[in-house]
Amino acid sequence: MRRVSTRALVVTGVLVALLLAGAVSYYASTSPDGLNRVARDQGFSQTQARHHADGSPFAGYGTKGVGNRRLSKGVAGVVGSLVVLALAGGVTLLVRRRGPQQESRDEREPVEHGGR
Amino acid sequence: MHVPDGFLDAPTSVATGAVAVVAVGVALRGARRELDDKTAPLAGLVATFVFATQMLNFPVGAGTSGHLLGGALAAVLVGPSTALLCMTVVFVVQALLFADGGITALGTNIDLMGLVTVVVGYLVFRGLQTLLPKRLSLVAPAAAVGALVSVPVAALCFTGLYAVGGQADIPLGTLATAMVGWHALIGVGEALITGLAVGSIVAVRPDLVHGARRVLERRTLEVRTSDGVAT
Repeated sequence: MRRVSTRALVVTGVLVALLLAGAVSYYASTSPDGLNRVARDQGFSQTQARHHADGSPFAGYGTKGVGNRRLSKGVAGVVGSLVVLALAGGVTLLVRRRGPQQESRDEREPVEHGGR
Repeated sequence: MHVPDGFLDAPTSVATGAVAVVAVGVALRGARRELDDKTAPLAGLVATFVFATQMLNFPVGAGTSGHLLGGALAAVLVGPSTALLCMTVVFVVQALLFADGGITALGTNIDLMGLVTVVVGYLVFRGLQTLLPKRLSLVAPAAAVGALVSVPVAALCFTGLYAVGGQADIPLGTLATAMVGWHALIGVGEALITGLAVGSIVAVRPDLVHGARRVLERRTLEVRTSDGVAT
C-alpha cells in the first residue's frame, strides 16, 4: 500500500477517534459491563460508593445542561478525546528522545559537569 | 472493567496505588527508549483512540456488555512503557472528568486495565513473534491473540485483589468463574478491534509500529545479504 505521511496518519486517526467518541458512542450498548454484571449477580454491587467526581460537568459521559442525549454524549466524547490527546501528546513529547537540535544542547551538560 | 470506589478496602487501594506509581515511574524511563521524534506523535493518537473506543460498549450477550481495554493494542503500536503512560492518561481523565472508575480505585484501574493488559498482551505478542515466521502480515494476528488473553487475565487479577481486599464476602471460585467467563467473551471483541487497528497501521506505516520493528530489521538484513551475493 502507498506510504502515507506521519502527519496524515495521525490526523486521520484522530478524526476517526473523534467520530467514534462523538457520534458512534451514542449507539454503544448501555447494558452493565462484565464487572458490573458480576457484581450484581454475586451481590456486591451495593458496596459501590458515590463517585467523588459526580459533580463534573461530564460525569457519566454526558454534558451538563445539554438536553439532547445524542449531543450530550457526543460533546462529552469529543471533549474527552481532545483532553486525552493533549495530555498524552504532551507527556510523550516531553519524554521522547529529541532530534539533533536538542540533542546537541543535551550534550553540552555532561561537558560542563566534566569541567568541574 | 472500571472498578468503582467501595469495591476494595482502603489498604488494598493504597497498595494498588503504590504499584501504579512505581509502574508509571518505570514506564516514564522506559518510554524514552521507545519514543523519538518520529514515533512520538503516534502515542497521542493511541491514547485518544483507546479513550474513544472505551466509550463503545459492545454487547456480549444476556444483557451484558464490554469494551476494549486496549493495553495490548497500545503496547504493540508504541511499545509497552509508552503504552502504560497512554493508558494511565486515559484512566485519569475518565476518573476525574467522567466519574468512570473510582478515584480511590485509580491505582487499581491503572494496574488491572493498564499494567496487566499491557504486560500480558505484549508478552504473548512477543512470544508468538519468536515462534511464528517473521512476516509483517503476522503482526496484527499476534497482537490480536495478545489482546484475547489479556482481558481474562485482568479479570482474574481483579478476583485476586477481591480475595485480598473485597468489601463483601463472596465465594472466590464463583467470582473467578464469573469474571473470567464474561471477560473471555469480551476478550474476543478486544482481539477483533486490536487486530483491525494494528493491521490498518501496519498496512500504511509499518515503520511506525513498535511491534513490527524486529520484522523490518530482519528484512533489511536480508536485502543487504542478497546484495552482497549479487556483487
